[in-house]
Amino acid sequence: MAQHESTYKPSNNFGKWMDERLPVARLVHDSFVDFPTPRNLNYLWTFGGILTFCLVAQLVTGIVLAMHYQPSADEAFNSVERIRRDVNFGWMIRNFHAVGASMFFIAVYVHIFRGLYYGSYKAPREILWILGVFIFLAMMATAFMGYALPWGQMSFWGVTVITNLFSSLDSIIPGLGTSIVQWLWGGYAVTGATLNRFFSLHYLLPFVIIGLVILHVWALHVVGQNNPTGVEPKTKADTVPMGPYAIAKDAVAMFAFLIPFAWFVFFLPDYLGHADNFTPANPLVTPPHIVPEWYFLPFYAILRAIPSKLGGVMAMFAAIAVLAFVPWLDRSRVRSTKYRPVYKWFFLLFVITCLALGYLGSKPADGIYVFWARIFTFYYFAHFILVMPFVGLLETPKKLPNSISESVLGKSGGGGGDTVPSGATASPEKR
Amino acid sequence: MADVAEEPKRRDFLVIAGGTMAAVGAASLLWPFVQQMNPDASAQALSSVEIDITPIKTGQAITVLWRGKPVFIRNRTNEEIEAAKAVELAVLVDPLARNDNDPGLPATDANRTVAGKENWLVLVGVCTHLGCIPKGQSMADTKGEFDGWFCPCHGSHYDTSGRIRKGPAPQNLEVPPVTFVSDTKIKIG
Repeated sequence: MAQHESTYKPSNNFGKWMDERLPVARLVHDSFVDFPTPRNLNYLWTFGGILTFCLVAQLVTGIVLAMHYQPSADEAFNSVERIRRDVNFGWMIRNFHAVGASMFFIAVYVHIFRGLYYGSYKAPREILWILGVFIFLAMMATAFMGYALPWGQMSFWGVTVITNLFSSLDSIIPGLGTSIVQWLWGGYAVTGATLNRFFSLHYLLPFVIIGLVILHVWALHVVGQNNPTGVEPKTKADTVPMGPYAIAKDAVAMFAFLIPFAWFVFFLPDYLGHADNFTPANPLVTPPHIVPEWYFLPFYAILRAIPSKLGGVMAMFAAIAVLAFVPWLDRSRVRSTKYRPVYKWFFLLFVITCLALGYLGSKPADGIYVFWARIFTFYYFAHFILVMPFVGLLETPKKLPNSISESVLGKSGGGGGDTVPSGATASPEKR
Repeated sequence: MADVAEEPKRRDFLVIAGGTMAAVGAASLLWPFVQQMNPDASAQALSSVEIDITPIKTGQAITVLWRGKPVFIRNRTNEEIEAAKAVELAVLVDPLARNDNDPGLPATDANRTVAGKENWLVLVGVCTHLGCIPKGQSMADTKGEFDGWFCPCHGSHYDTSGRIRKGPAPQNLEVPPVTFVSDTKIKIG
């Protein structure tokens, strides 16, 4: 797909002059205007564009906030309050940034579940998928460090609990975990030194994400987009140019996405946060109920479900790492779950599992909550390690359409499978 | 030419030796960039504090800051001491005393206190699970099932000797290096 012939025509002499020296306009035209996209893409495919928007929005608002924020233990809390009260439009820009983090994760979770449902990780898209897992990891690290910056009680104790995860390594090599944790803190406890380095890394990591996104988009443009049928485009009739078709659809979805985004920014800016974070950090008092931001709750539930410190930490990291192996765990012959009558139900169960773990992560870790967290943690891993390989091998998929255009337009004429869809007759290999 | 194995030349030696030295140099330059993140001189300088313990009545406890961490100092009642001594070692989750004065001893109450001053229990008040501050310092706090401390984050229960008895924490609360400067003054660190 990516090897399609360039159709870029410079419209004026300057364009021609430039094209012979640095063909950046040609690159953009071929990658984002005349790029062939499957004609049956649904709205779940608009989240790539939405995520790009989120990344840019976080960068712009974040760079502005860094002009007013002070990364010191004494000043951090007050400087965030000053941003909200004194800085011109600071309230709005801070809300964009804080709400934007949540919206970024909503979009990335839709994007990940879309990839899982339609088998977008299957050959030849393994590297594309794994790059996505790395982006997700980098996003989590960035969000975690960003949440530390307001230096409220939840910031402080969230950092304490999460950095202490590494101290579990003490049970493998005594002293190793403690050394790592003190190295991360720059002290014997979480202090202003920790805050300062987190600020530095919170500023750095988004640029790492940009690098990863460029590789992600590059890999996408080599293998082409998957689509709801999971059947690769075969003829020109199966695709439409990205501009204006996919771009217009992306724009519609983005505006729809911006409505709840703006609703939260202007009407419920602190709804997704915690009241405890309006108390300045106090190293002598732990809030009674420490919970991470909503987007980490499923992983937090897994951490607490395992009755061993090291085991819990390993399970939590494994819950993310297992995603990278999905391209090889899924043994199905077809990509799209649309054509998988058995797996479909397991997928539904998996979605319910993730939502349930999120709910349980927000609850105290005792009694019935721990019991259910263990049940759902078991299924979370069983889905990847048992269901994906065995259901994939055992189930008989439904019959796939012969082509994307057949699935969209129906079969031309009254014939059976041997009838060629209209528009596919002329030189099928030419794109 | 091609059918004869080439003898190593002086140039090959120079390339390998030069390349190795460059790699060693680059690797050793990495160390300062790793080491700069460790606790700096000012953090290490705070590593010892002296505390006057006269105002702490029997049954009371205070919290002081040492190396940025809370330290619990509890003047235990006789019942609390008896309860701590009566515990069989076999029922303990963590069999080690975790006493920085003398690490590696079994976790008897005597090994976690200073001989002759058994009523004074000094602990680093950081839960060994994920670093929260356990409840139990003030009279009104819930002290957990073993009447010592209770960590609200993930439900670890510590006994009157600060030993982990129930919950996810893997180790007993750490006893910091403590010395009695006089009968009314202790030094931590």
